Amino acid sequence: MTDLRDHAEAIAEQFSDHLEPSPDVDEIEAKLDNLVTDYRVPVEEARRSVTNSYLDEAGLERDELGRGGSERVDVAEIDDDEQWVDLRVTVVDLWEPRSDAVAQVGLLGDESGTIKFTAFETSDLPLLEEGQAYELSNVVTDEYEGRYSVKLNRTTSITPIDADIEVGDNAVTVEGALVDVQSGSGLIKRCPEEDCTRVLQNGRCSEHGKVEGEFDLRIKAVLDDGTEVHEVIFDREATEDLTGVTLEEAKQEAMDALDTTVVADGMAEDVLGRYYRVTGPTLGRYVLVNELEEPGPVDVEQALINARSI
Amino acid sequence: MSQSGSTPTREVARRVFATEFNDAGYTFKESEDERAPVYSLLPTGESANRVFFVGTLTEKDDVGEDNEYWRGRIVDPTGTFFVYAGQYQPEAANTLRELEPPAYVAVVGKPRTYETDDGSINVSVRPESITRVDAVVRDRWVAETAERTLERVARFDDEGNEYARMADEQYDRDPETYKAAALAALEDLDEAGEGSDGSDPESETSLEA
Repeated sequence: MTDLRDHAEAIAEQFSDHLEPSPDVDEIEAKLDNLVTDYRVPVEEARRSVTNSYLDEAGLERDELGRGGSERVDVAEIDDDEQWVDLRVTVVDLWEPRSDAVAQVGLLGDESGTIKFTAFETSDLPLLEEGQAYELSNVVTDEYEGRYSVKLNRTTSITPIDADIEVGDNAVTVEGALVDVQSGSGLIKRCPEEDCTRVLQNGRCSEHGKVEGEFDLRIKAVLDDGTEVHEVIFDREATEDLTGVTLEEAKQEAMDALDTTVVADGMAEDVLGRYYRVTGPTLGRYVLVNELEEPGPVDVEQALINARSI
Repeated sequence: MSQSGSTPTREVARRVFATEFNDAGYTFKESEDERAPVYSLLPTGESANRVFFVGTLTEKDDVGEDNEYWRGRIVDPTGTFFVYAGQYQPEAANTLRELEPPAYVAVVGKPRTYETDDGSINVSVRPESITRVDAVVRDRWVAETAERTLERVARFDDEGNEYARMADEQYDRDPETYKAAALAALEDLDEAGEGSDGSDPESETSLEA
């Protein structure tokens, strides 16, 4: 009766903001079960009937609950698990399911970004097509190791729509020890031509030739967690944030030394071998750092618990 | 996304305690190519072309004859890493020259092996970088390295774990020894943490990056 349980949870969630105390999931499930099992009412009709009884209790009109009751969200807003939500998305990618229990797995996207989805065989849903836009209502959010996904379930309604959804660039979070500062870091010069921000090599832009460059700061670095490496770029703001060195200070430092490489060397000394967690959109193989965090002291108790569970 | 979107060819820096690292005397290549990377085989069943570790620099000596050639002893909860830096590792050599032991340092480097006169294999590190860090970084590394080590030991008997099978063949060592060392290192951290706030004994103002 897990599907009735899903419906019951969906109904409870719909009313959680409207009824005090919120209706009890077991009670809803019992009502649904009574209709479906004892009175042979189709599930959808049973759900409608039970929902109506709570609407009366709450003194609400059906449309005050919103479409299907769950909240329409952008995928990037999803930051909690076990929430019932509606999405308006394009199927960006379909992957090979690794388990027989999974009917479909892949990536959904809207303007705000992308999110993984899973549909299970037991839910008996129509299959999604890659590149098609849909309105999905009643999907459940899930979380694994800080990454969110959505699960389609038996109560999910899938409506293909004729829309061209431009899928946004998702921010990713990567963390690890900073193990390398790559060349092209520190105090650099960029081409001043309009819409050209190329970094100059020996005073030359690969597009515009010899130009009077404009100073900028950046760090191209590698974060490594022992399993994977991620290349990251700190732009001027992020570099100033990371090192505490401003562009003006860096220029002065280079002028005093008659050498721009001292800037990168000094920065490398400050950041190499430290742990960082960064978040930002990906550009090619780089993560552009928008947010920077240094994980504080390690939680040894937690580390011991984790270790003993391995 | 980030995993599939990029296929960096850069080698991962493995997390390994000194006791295991110093036992990793067997090296191999994955292809016949002369320039193919050389890997050390970790006894817990993993290949390592690069390592990252944090420990206490306890001694440094210039052991070079004509040119400077610095040797550093860097101690973790399980043993001692030996790093050697000469004229081809100018930044690391500089750092070793200038640092006063004892100091916490973070090292990124490549495993190197050499055979001693009596035929045994010594394992050392050729550093790409050595930087001074604080106790917070060191403790994080110990916890992280314990976890990675335990994960490798847990995977050791997995079907298709080719490096574990290779380790079986090459080394006569029970991976459980490294598990015990990793757990002891973590417990050590736990006990140390109870007595103090874990901050750097030398500098109250921890390095802010």
